[in-house]
Amino acid sequence: MKQKPFTTSLLALAVATTFSMGVQAADIKIGVAEALSGGAAQYGISIRNGFQLAADEINAAGGVNGDKLQLIVEDEQGKKEEAINVFKKLIFQDKVLMVFGPTLSNSAQAADPVAQAAKTVAFGTSNTADGITSIGDYVFRNSVTEADVLPETIKMAVKKSGIKSVAVLYGNDDVFTKSGYDNFKKALEDLKMPVTTTETFAKGDVDFKAQLTKIKAGNPDAIVLSALLAEGAPIMVQARQLGLNVPFIGGNGMNSVKVFDLVKEKSDGLYVGSPWSSSNTSAENSKFIKAYSEKFKSVPDQFAAQSYDALYITTQALKQVKLSGNLAADRTAVRDALPNVKWTGATGQFQFRRANDRAGKPAGYDAQQTPIISVTKGGHFVIEK
Amino acid sequence: MLEQQLVNALSLGCVYALFALGFTLIFGILGVVNLSHGAIFMVGAYAAEQAVSRFAFPLWGALLFAFVFCGGLGLLIDFLVLRPLRARNAPHLIPMIATIGVAIILNNSIQGIFGAQNLRFPAGLVSEETLSLGAIHLTALELGIILLSFVLMTVLLIALKKTQLGRALRAIAESPKAAYLVGINVEHLFYLTSFAAAGLGGIAGVLIGLYSNALFPLMGQPMLHKGIAVIILGGMGDIRGALIGGLFLGFAEVLSVAYIGSSMRDAVAFGLLFLILLVRPKGLFGTLQERKV
Repeated sequence: MKQKPFTTSLLALAVATTFSMGVQAADIKIGVAEALSGGAAQYGISIRNGFQLAADEINAAGGVNGDKLQLIVEDEQGKKEEAINVFKKLIFQDKVLMVFGPTLSNSAQAADPVAQAAKTVAFGTSNTADGITSIGDYVFRNSVTEADVLPETIKMAVKKSGIKSVAVLYGNDDVFTKSGYDNFKKALEDLKMPVTTTETFAKGDVDFKAQLTKIKAGNPDAIVLSALLAEGAPIMVQARQLGLNVPFIGGNGMNSVKVFDLVKEKSDGLYVGSPWSSSNTSAENSKFIKAYSEKFKSVPDQFAAQSYDALYITTQALKQVKLSGNLAADRTAVRDALPNVKWTGATGQFQFRRANDRAGKPAGYDAQQTPIISVTKGGHFVIEK
Repeated sequence: MLEQQLVNALSLGCVYALFALGFTLIFGILGVVNLSHGAIFMVGAYAAEQAVSRFAFPLWGALLFAFVFCGGLGLLIDFLVLRPLRARNAPHLIPMIATIGVAIILNNSIQGIFGAQNLRFPAGLVSEETLSLGAIHLTALELGIILLSFVLMTVLLIALKKTQLGRALRAIAESPKAAYLVGINVEHLFYLTSFAAAGLGGIAGVLIGLYSNALFPLMGQPMLHKGIAVIILGGMGDIRGALIGGLFLGFAEVLSVAYIGSSMRDAVAFGLLFLILLVRPKGLFGTLQERKV
């Protein structure tokens, strides 16, 4: 395929000046495909905000080697089909250098192959399911998977609370809580932790006392809980009401400050693990929290922190790349530069780790990061070390 | 452990019974399977939560507010949706499907106004103290739910059996046309039933919302499914059936968790339900209605 750099850039210049003032021809176009409407919007909007904050900061500081970053944000609605459409639009029509997103792992499974086939980097900031990065060598993510976090959470709880046996409770009719359970189960087996009983509940249950009474009879030292907040919160309350005062070890679904609103004074003793914590007072994180709160008038969450870091990580790679104007070559150059990036951001020290595909051959890149384990105490997450 | 599980079963059963009371009432009198009852239940919880957090209502005030608010909502639904269908002699399935539409509208409105995240009542609205009797733990709220479901059932039963109004309602349940011919104002009593049933749904929403501590727009949906099972088991439209059916489901669920395993809970509970319906197709209290020409 023959490139016509001069005419295309002239055309781009004409289009850019006609439609959006202030956009320069030398801008680096980066696609952002996130769920900005629908059920996953609460995550997608945080993610977009994180990108916007980082882009504004980077551009205010002079951009990347003098070029400004231009984010092209599209709504993929948290749907597979829409994610594919948006990826195609960004890659083939907008001709972006690389794409961030999509929000959900399900969508990433569907859309990332499009980017892989087009030899364009797809960089997920919130996909935690297994197998995303085995799609191919253009697939990256800086989101730490549950498979990495949960064993660390359990280890910390064991260390701090002297746990010798656990009971497991999980929602068995939800993909997310079920996969959390699978990861917990594997981690517990690896640690050779005795499980007194494994109980389940269904979405929309209001009463968990039957399961909890049974758990109490087994006398475990802790309860491993894979639940979303709607069920996880009443489970904590009802456990305490039954006089079951052991610590909870929660999955990703319980990792939210909402737990303090919902469980109130009974919220103590919940261990959760995450690459980011609002209680982490490192210089990078404090700066991020302050800037985010000022710009968006709300407190950031893990998803905003991860996308914020992702754009900085990408910027480090872009600084090493000499953009030639040949899109295909530039896209490959970005892919080759990314794995070497090491960065310390709001989520702490970060580097990539090569993931394998199903046949065991090297494929994309996962996050290599130490999760922060926190425990709830008096209405706050307190970091455990 | 068994004593505690029996108490758990009693309180869970009464939770189901509380929901099923209004549901069965509207079926008994209007002959409508009101699939928006779950959404009304949810609206009741949100209405009370707003009354408490915005206007500092006490608990009894919030319950009353939810009753009146949901009653009004039920009246509105009857007036706008069910009445035009009655006037056109729409077959049975039509109002049922129309109420699915009502439920969707209510769910989405609440999600639009309050968002999809979970809310809860302010802490301390009801005492979260646990009464401990030996090995048994019971909260004040559970005790309240158990008492209230028995009281409401008794009140409804007496009202239907002993009062003039109740006799008129039972006449309508038998045959609206015949009731009309003997001079009963059928439309008014339909409105009254819709009001009372929705109000009861609202009260159930408040109590169960307090119990679970998590209000969300779709909280009524799973409850609706259980509610349908309860009133089928108890006998469609029967007030005693709502309580007994609820208790049955509560005991079946809790005991299957205790002795068989929680992943088998629904299979056991609904398997038993199926067996009972094989033996008694009209439910525990239902009577086979013979229509003689």
